[in-house]
Amino acid sequence: MKLKTHDRLVEHIADDLFEFANADTDNSEIAGYSNYSYWRSTVQVFLKNKTAVLFLGVIVILLLFTMIQPVLPNQKDPTFIHINPETFMQFRNVKPGTEFWFGTNAIGQDLWARIWSGTRTSLLIGFAVGLFEVVIGIIIGTLWGYVKKLDRIITEIYNVWNNIPTTVILILLTYIFRPSLSTLIFAMAITGWLSMARLVRNLVTIIRDREYNMASRCLGTPTYRILTKNMLPYLVSVIMLRVALAIPMAIGAEVFLTYIGLGLPVQIPSLGNLVNEGRVLMMSQSLRYQLFFPAIVISMITISFYVMGNAFADAADPKNHV
Amino acid sequence: MIKYALKRSFQSLGTLFIVVTVVFLLMRLMPEEGYFGSGFEKLDEVQKEAILKNMGLRDPLVIQLKNFYIRLVQFDFGTSTTYRPNVSVNEIIKDKIPYSLWLGLSSVFISMIVGIASGITMARNKNGFLDKLGTLYIVIINAVPAAVYYLFLQLYLTKFLNLPILFDVDRPISWILPIISMSLGSIAAYAMWMRRYMVDELNKDYIKLARAKGMKSKSIMTSHVMRNALVPMVQYFPASILMAIGGSLYIESLYSIPGMGGLLVDSIQRQDNALVQALVLIFSAISIFGLLMGDILMAMVDPRIKFGNSGGGR
Repeated sequence: MKLKTHDRLVEHIADDLFEFANADTDNSEIAGYSNYSYWRSTVQVFLKNKTAVLFLGVIVILLLFTMIQPVLPNQKDPTFIHINPETFMQFRNVKPGTEFWFGTNAIGQDLWARIWSGTRTSLLIGFAVGLFEVVIGIIIGTLWGYVKKLDRIITEIYNVWNNIPTTVILILLTYIFRPSLSTLIFAMAITGWLSMARLVRNLVTIIRDREYNMASRCLGTPTYRILTKNMLPYLVSVIMLRVALAIPMAIGAEVFLTYIGLGLPVQIPSLGNLVNEGRVLMMSQSLRYQLFFPAIVISMITISFYVMGNAFADAADPKNHV
Repeated sequence: MIKYALKRSFQSLGTLFIVVTVVFLLMRLMPEEGYFGSGFEKLDEVQKEAILKNMGLRDPLVIQLKNFYIRLVQFDFGTSTTYRPNVSVNEIIKDKIPYSLWLGLSSVFISMIVGIASGITMARNKNGFLDKLGTLYIVIINAVPAAVYYLFLQLYLTKFLNLPILFDVDRPISWILPIISMSLGSIAAYAMWMRRYMVDELNKDYIKLARAKGMKSKSIMTSHVMRNALVPMVQYFPASILMAIGGSLYIESLYSIPGMGGLLVDSIQRQDNALVQALVLIFSAISIFGLLMGDILMAMVDPRIKFGNSGGGR
């Protein structure tokens, strides 16, 4: 009965009312294809942030300059004590001028050379700490998030570690192992990997059970391949942010540890040692330049890395891509 | 709720036990000079051995550890060696706590009020002038090492406001600068988190519903956004109040405040092992307890938090 009504309806429709749609397979390819590229969008979003680009420029110039500064003409040795050839006295606390661009310190060393040498030391510490944090953080973080059996154990370790203030760990380690470059890097790396590992762990637990990973597992892909091919690409922005932020943190920690007497030995020029030398002379107006110059360079470096790192992390977040 | 609190407390006790053990074992790696007073050079090997033996440092490690736990349970942190020779650590610390406590507490309250208020203002004027100004402040405070800007504060504020450079208990005017310096960092932290939580909250669907219902944006702000944004903030309050006892290492030493933080710096510079060990343990215990209180408080305030979810929640 129903069928008959339908047939009658069809009969009443004129043939020319409808026609076949001819699907063009080539055209549909074009429409369905998005030329979205993760890295291009990241760069585009980053370039829109003019302040961040400015600071990126500052960082590039600073890095280049600190690297090539020792080979430039007319540069002095950062640890050489300059002696006045006429009086055979050291050039103590000479004001900034044409001979000594940033002046000299209390024992006659060239402040300009010392600042750039100190910047090299501090940047070395920062990059080393950042690298260690990333390597340790990613290894532990992926294991933590991916291997369910390890989750409880590492969570317990994390809870213990996270309960102790970072400053206390830093102080304890540098106090016990005597201050040196490797001690500082070790102490800072061992306090820093924690937050990195947790970030990675959270990301990994989110991505772990997505469909494409389930498919990979069903097809018998080995775990290390899933980790490196399916997971790691998601972590690039986190890695960049941590490395960028490790530098201001390392510089700050170095200055602080030097102040409380656990920094690098005085013979090694570092930004912490320079600030500390400047602090001693701070109360005399005419010698204040010895605090100003290191402080300005430190602030320039830390602010640039901080702003740039955060802007990059924002840009690398696909949520902010159009 | 009580079950959660108990479980969380046991967890903290376990953490404290591990920390105490690890700190003790690490301190055994130290060179032994730290255990002698100033007359270190005058002693010969036999005398040194005798002193070390007397202190129990030649016993097997397990016995040392056992004795250490027993003393800790009795709140006996040992005696100072170089800072104030042969004075018990308890005695030294007793005089120091009030300074750190009062300065720290005033700084905590100032930064809570100012920080949360400015966070709210920033979230209300999102992307406006005040928001940008606040963000600039937060960036500068977070990026520039505190050790650098504290120096400049001490240098210039003392001159412009005509304040004394060093701390003096009897002159309250000399308390102002240390308190301001201590607060700057935590103001930035409170403002940043408050703003972030409020902005997160503002983007949620129930706020859109409230707007669609025709609720006034002022009452949306106070009764929805602020209340919910304050919940995650609550867990930081106990820790920051407790950490006030520890004081700020750098500030106390900079302004010569006779508090706990300055004491740690002094004892490090004088290589006083017993004192450093005691202070490190006290700071860790304070921090562990503060985080414990924070988690319990958070669970009390926010009924959505699942009880018995051990770890990872924070």
